[in-house]
Amino acid sequence: MGAGIMEEIRKRKVFFDGGMGSLLQAKGLKAGELPETWNLLRPEIIKEIHRDYLEAGCDILTTNTFGANRLKYPAGGAFSLEDMINTAVANAKEAAESAGRGFVALDLGPTGKLLKPLGDLDFDDAVEIYKEVAEAGSRAGADLVLVETMSDGYEAKAAVLAAKETCSLPVFATVTFDQNGKLLTGGNVESTVALLEGLGVDALGINCGLGPVQMKKILEELLRYVSVPVIVNPNAGLPRNQNGQTVYDIDADQFAAVMEDMADMGANVLGGCCGTTPGHIRKLVGRCRDKVQTLPEKKNRTVISSYTHGVAIGRDPVIIGERINPTGKSRFKQALRDHNMEYILQEGVTQQDHGAHVLDVNVGLPEIDEPRMMEEVVKELQSVIDLPLQIDTSDINAMERAMRVYNGKPLINSVNGKEESMRAVFPLVKRYGGVVVALTLDEGGIPETAEGRIRIARKIYATAALYGIGKEDILIDGLCLTVSSDSKGALTTLETLRKVRDELGGKTILGVSNISFGLPRRELINGAFFTMAMASGLNAAIINPNSQVMMQAYYTFRALADLDGQCGDYIRIYGGRPPAGGLGPGSWGSGGRRGQAESGRPSSQGEMSLGDCICRGLKERAHEAVGALLGERGALDIINGEMIPALDVVGKGFEQGTVFLPQLLMSAEAAKAAFEVIKDRMAQSGESREKKGIIILATVKGDIHDIGKNIVKVLLENYSYQVVDLGKDVAPGVIVDEAIERRAPLVGLSALMTTTVPSMEETIARLRERAPWVKVMVGGAVLTEDYAKTIGADCYCRDAMASVNYAESVMARHERGAEADEMGV
Amino acid sequence: MGANIEETIRYLGYGRHQADEQTLELVRSCWEELEGAAVKRSCFREYPLRCLDGGKLDLGCFRASSRDLSKNLRDCQAVILFAATLGVQADSLIRKYTRLQMSRAVVLQAAAAAMLEDYCDQVNGEIRQEYGKKGLYLRPRFSPGYGDFSLECQPALLGALEAAKRIGITLTDAFLMAPSKSVTAVIGVSHVERACAIKGCEACPKRDCVYRRVSL
Repeated sequence: MGAGIMEEIRKRKVFFDGGMGSLLQAKGLKAGELPETWNLLRPEIIKEIHRDYLEAGCDILTTNTFGANRLKYPAGGAFSLEDMINTAVANAKEAAESAGRGFVALDLGPTGKLLKPLGDLDFDDAVEIYKEVAEAGSRAGADLVLVETMSDGYEAKAAVLAAKETCSLPVFATVTFDQNGKLLTGGNVESTVALLEGLGVDALGINCGLGPVQMKKILEELLRYVSVPVIVNPNAGLPRNQNGQTVYDIDADQFAAVMEDMADMGANVLGGCCGTTPGHIRKLVGRCRDKVQTLPEKKNRTVISSYTHGVAIGRDPVIIGERINPTGKSRFKQALRDHNMEYILQEGVTQQDHGAHVLDVNVGLPEIDEPRMMEEVVKELQSVIDLPLQIDTSDINAMERAMRVYNGKPLINSVNGKEESMRAVFPLVKRYGGVVVALTLDEGGIPETAEGRIRIARKIYATAALYGIGKEDILIDGLCLTVSSDSKGALTTLETLRKVRDELGGKTILGVSNISFGLPRRELINGAFFTMAMASGLNAAIINPNSQVMMQAYYTFRALADLDGQCGDYIRIYGGRPPAGGLGPGSWGSGGRRGQAESGRPSSQGEMSLGDCICRGLKERAHEAVGALLGERGALDIINGEMIPALDVVGKGFEQGTVFLPQLLMSAEAAKAAFEVIKDRMAQSGESREKKGIIILATVKGDIHDIGKNIVKVLLENYSYQVVDLGKDVAPGVIVDEAIERRAPLVGLSALMTTTVPSMEETIARLRERAPWVKVMVGGAVLTEDYAKTIGADCYCRDAMASVNYAESVMARHERGAEADEMGV
Repeated sequence: MGANIEETIRYLGYGRHQADEQTLELVRSCWEELEGAAVKRSCFREYPLRCLDGGKLDLGCFRASSRDLSKNLRDCQAVILFAATLGVQADSLIRKYTRLQMSRAVVLQAAAAAMLEDYCDQVNGEIRQEYGKKGLYLRPRFSPGYGDFSLECQPALLGALEAAKRIGITLTDAFLMAPSKSVTAVIGVSHVERACAIKGCEACPKRDCVYRRVSL
């Protein structure tokens, strides 16, 4: 019957059933009792409800498996998960058989946990949890899978992937928006449609959260984007508390009347959620049964998404920031080798502040494990930055890992006209969804003419179609070769852009900066070429958004090409308003993001010493002051004579209770900004500052708080320790292995909650056993001197300065020990 | 609801000390950014209450054993289970600066705590008014983790509210709430008015706490 349901939807309006929970409560399910247990304990009641819905006229029964997963029904518990799912499907099938009609949808609800980085459930684990349910349910004979009530797009992705990877049943997915059209985790209608259609669901829509009245507005927006059949399963209205009971603000007649409006608007599959009963469904079916079914038109939109929003690629050019790429950047390469994610995140944030819409992510270095690094960087970027990403790699494993864990519908860079490339990349695009950059080269190399490149573009489109990938999910890269070696290079590229637009009706992308390779003042050529390319129809540009020239080209083009209504953006950015701050140094044209200008910066005061800047926490002034000082004094002299004394003053003040945490940190950040300047200078002169030894920091397993640990890290780094930050929720084994591998003399552990102190204790015990030389300092809200002793720590640090003081004493001893070793003592 | 600068400064551990202008500026800018990001949501449900012997309580949807809560719920015939959150968006903002600018992260952390408390007070005020019309009085919020009211009640409390589905509050394996800027509480409903001398910070026995509210 699997194909059957899609056929039915093509022919006529199709109806889901209504609520289950409220009916079970009416039949005696107690508050706190798990509804899925009634599949086994009271099957006759479940079957009766299914039969009532079929009699009311519904076509699809939803199995009573909303919360049936191993998190709620763990192995070895009172109920076997597999039995429960089998029986739930059997109950629905039996009802359908006795009625002689009806499809059975295996219901997959949310896990009840938040996925990382918002919560502690790993994406891969979420997929496994859903696979277990999908496998049992499809084996038991469900006709389709319904992923529903998802208020997190990432969790919806896990469930849909799990269903698709375990069975070949149709997969429907419905999500829960609030009145503003937002998911709880922030996604909007456009990003959700991009994500779910990218994953290849057979139908999608909205359920729960709202009543039909509030859903109308959301449906209207949904219909603008969607190309697959649309499902609408609202609650019986908006709930309100009345004498301790939940009641809804409209009745079954009103419910059905609004549902009829939505059927007319274009909803294809209709039913109900919380609070709806067979009565609601009967009235709904009565009003809508004979309506003509019109399926959504294919929208052919080119759109990618992050976890918060979609970015449509069309006439208005999209800026893709190219800076997350190690090519030619020695500090970036070093950051990759050191797992220095802050450096990479900062590159991302700076580009966002400068107006990038998408970030290209390339982490290819010969000596690193690229698939692992790519996955890590994608996850890190998505935990801090809400822009869609362009996954840029030639390593097909890295590409797949990144696409799998990516939260949204990514841009992929790239495929080309070679058979081998298309065979590797297209199946991934089909499986995970995405828009893919297609380079117009093939086994024969890069054609010299625009015609040749168009021929390859056609071939790529045709091959993609064989995989079920539409033209809208491909961006043709007409390639630009440096104009210094081929004077016609630019013209050929521009002609290719126009031909893709005019002859193929396709979309284009370019890595703009290649054009000037080998020439002086490259920005001048890049800026002019960028304008010419946009005028020739370029839809997306991979550029450096931190370059003023490039962004000027962008904003001026938009103003001139009727893409910037009343020149609004242009005036906002260049209209003389003082530049907004941001995390990056020297921001300008920040695309309207709220500035975070350096606070309290005295504009009228005269020169301030570097030490003063650090004491007062003035980051930008410290940056300037150190630059001036470097002309007069040596780097080490500045560090030891100005900076360390200033940090000591602030640290003492903190210990004495006259300086407080925010000031301590602002000072540390000012010092860090100054260190960055000095570091660059020292790298040039070959000088080096001694590193004071390795300290490993981690928040222990089970604890997801890392503020305390990160405060400690900032301070220790300023005192020139090499801090290895293992992050939060770190298993004891990982900490021990790292301590052994690096022969670290000191480990710092943090825990905020009483519940996670046992895991701190275990970590210390295992360190004692396998790395007996290690000193352990601990800190965190629940710890005390005594408590720290009880769990075997060497030192309790009541605050961040205490950890610096302890580190100084341990490291001094450690160094004396090392000297003694060398001397053969 | 405006920016609660004083409370934020207190959460930052200033006690009786004045914050300098530099810090105040940072606090104000963090409030502004947080107000743009936070998505406040709350929900509540009423359940009948039965007080059993020995500090045991039947809250309609689960049972708890807590002498402190029993004391708080004296003369009550029902409870309101309550939950509120600033959403994953507040957490995300703090997470971002935890990686990139710690001074801002700690101030946002404090500002979010103050904002959440104010939001809870505001919603509780509305519920109090609604119940007041029916001649019923509400007791102060009492949250799992206060006194001997165990955190282990969190799953049942959040489950009864369907808080995951309705406002997105979930629990980690260690019973911490995610989003972290979330509150759950039990609020007693009574026919009897009782002047409540102390609540919140002042009710806590830890008197040497640096964050303790100082009456001026």
